[in-house]
Amino acid sequence: MSSSKKIRVLVAKPGLDGHDRGAKIVARALRDAGMEVIYTGLRQTPEMVVRAALDEGVHCIGLSILSGAHNALFPRIMELLKAEGVDDILVVGGGIIPEDDIPDLKKAGISEIFGPGTTLQEIVEYIQANVKL
Amino acid sequence: MDEKVTLPDAVKDWEDTEVKSTVARFPERQEHFKTVSGVPINRLYTPLDVEDVDYQRDLGFPGMYPFTRGVQPTGYRGRLWTMRQYSGFATASETNERFRFLLEQGQTGLSVAFDLPTQIGYDSDHELARGEVGKVGVAIDTLQDMELLFNGIPLDKVSTSMTINAPAAVLLAMYIAVGEKQGVSMDKLRGTIQNDILKEYAARGTYIFPPTPSMRLITDIFRFCSEKMPLFNTISISGYHIREAGSTAIQEVAFTLANGIAYVTSAIEVGLDVDSFASRLSFFFGSASEFFEEIAKFRAARRIWARIMRERFKANDDRSCMMRFHTQTAGYTLTAQQPDNNIVRVTLQALQAVLGGTQSLHTNSRDEALSLPTEQSVQIALRTQQIIAHETAVTDTLDPIAGSYFVESLTHNIEKKSLEYIEKIDAMGGATVAIENGFIQREIHNSAYDYQTSVDKKDRVVVGMNEYVVNEAQQFDYLRVNPQAEQEQIQRLKEVRSRRKDDEVKSALVALGNAAKGDTNLMPLILDAVRVYATLGEICSVLRDVFGEYKAPDIL
Repeated sequence: MSSSKKIRVLVAKPGLDGHDRGAKIVARALRDAGMEVIYTGLRQTPEMVVRAALDEGVHCIGLSILSGAHNALFPRIMELLKAEGVDDILVVGGGIIPEDDIPDLKKAGISEIFGPGTTLQEIVEYIQANVKL
Repeated sequence: MDEKVTLPDAVKDWEDTEVKSTVARFPERQEHFKTVSGVPINRLYTPLDVEDVDYQRDLGFPGMYPFTRGVQPTGYRGRLWTMRQYSGFATASETNERFRFLLEQGQTGLSVAFDLPTQIGYDSDHELARGEVGKVGVAIDTLQDMELLFNGIPLDKVSTSMTINAPAAVLLAMYIAVGEKQGVSMDKLRGTIQNDILKEYAARGTYIFPPTPSMRLITDIFRFCSEKMPLFNTISISGYHIREAGSTAIQEVAFTLANGIAYVTSAIEVGLDVDSFASRLSFFFGSASEFFEEIAKFRAARRIWARIMRERFKANDDRSCMMRFHTQTAGYTLTAQQPDNNIVRVTLQALQAVLGGTQSLHTNSRDEALSLPTEQSVQIALRTQQIIAHETAVTDTLDPIAGSYFVESLTHNIEKKSLEYIEKIDAMGGATVAIENGFIQREIHNSAYDYQTSVDKKDRVVVGMNEYVVNEAQQFDYLRVNPQAEQEQIQRLKEVRSRRKDDEVKSALVALGNAAKGDTNLMPLILDAVRVYATLGEICSVLRDVFGEYKAPDIL
């Protein structure tokens, strides 16, 4: 990883979920760790998330859903990225996501799922280690 | 004993001798102790710490102003709190089954959780509803869903709380219409609509319209209910979600009451007499982990609100000054790790709410950091309340924790610090302005960040999560929402749309749209629209066209 280039991250809230405590805390922690962070705010469609990621030229997308809509919306975002020919953006997710759902989400292309109890440091380090600049 | 030694001297003597020598040999666990709200906690509290507290002025008697010791003169000796588990998922029929189960298990009130499309005013077949239908609550599109939801549940026998905000008027109208079909007139209906839009902007996120038309919908409901629904709580001014979003206990009280002030101000501005609506305002708080601060918080909130209503709004009726509240144990304190430990957390938090004099209570289930609760988990949560109610005898006297030097001092401090915040918000122009400029959201976010950082650094121990960790393969049997629910719901919606009389729906919606442009009360028009099976999405869409949509400020 080149030290001159800053990691750019889109923190996104797909779906109608209003629980943004976690997303905002993670956004701030990533910024404190030296990354450039764009936060989408609430109520993003998968199309809006992908558009924002491309417009902003991010290296990583962090998705947060606590409403249970992850099985519908996370894979849809991966499909749209694929349709745009994007395969170099690291996509991670978090929220209330049952263990049983994780294998399918990973199969769809989500690199990692961070559940309740994850420390901010773990997320920062994961992104630093896995992002492609 | 030397009678000449004064208490301050005696305290000082104790500190200089006993304490000093002990601390010299065994240092205390921390140099400073403070509550999560930042109130310093002393080693010991004595009568010196409550010298500012005047019993009759500040505490008084249960059922009497300023209600610090409770709103009912006989408290739980008369009637226990309402045990009310928030529930709802998938379709109306599935939720109806869960409701009946809870009533059979001894629950005494209903509390409806709606799914996100319902809360944000979209029908289940809307593009933005994809993946969300029936997930965090039950999907309601038309009156028919509401009829199924309360099938076999007589509305004159039960009180129902509905967590619905931006489209509160629509769901209230549907509830009235179900009552009509059951032969129960609206003046007999008991329950609560949350109807608290300001905390949606600040903390919970299910807003639709901008503040001005939202306030108009709220005051329309106040007026309608003051004339026609005397037993219904027209709003539940909620600190719970502010707390869940990360605030401290003091911020929870301050921001909630600042929102309350904004609602009362709006209602008075549209010409309502304060005593005509204020007794139907209700409140909702969280009960988090710090035992004494939470109990003191409930007591302080009652006292502050009473004084605000009397001194600021000149309420004459004592009932206008009476803060009645619902409590839910704090979801954010639950851990996904070792979930059975959550039963213990919830027990303590529920006990705090009872010692704080709550009117109704939801106890969270052990599995809620993982998913919606299973029937078995909800049963344990309800049993927790029943054990506190029937086995501990904490219910046999009123406000039993009063008079504790520590608790009275904390109650006093929480009142003082909350009022400082409220003054700051007043100076900005009130809660609506403080939300539009992002002040309240930023304060909440900063507290949430501090909390997370302290957990990450293990300054704050969360048992089973950052200490006392075990390797656990997740074996937990959690609830999976029926994956067919979305399609079933969309199908039912299509059927209702094809069976109803389109011309009736159209004219009801046109009338509503025209009224929204003027200033007549919208409740009767919304009621007309739901009776002819206009959908929630259609009604909200008409209002969106007239009112526009709220745009949240960027606070990061």
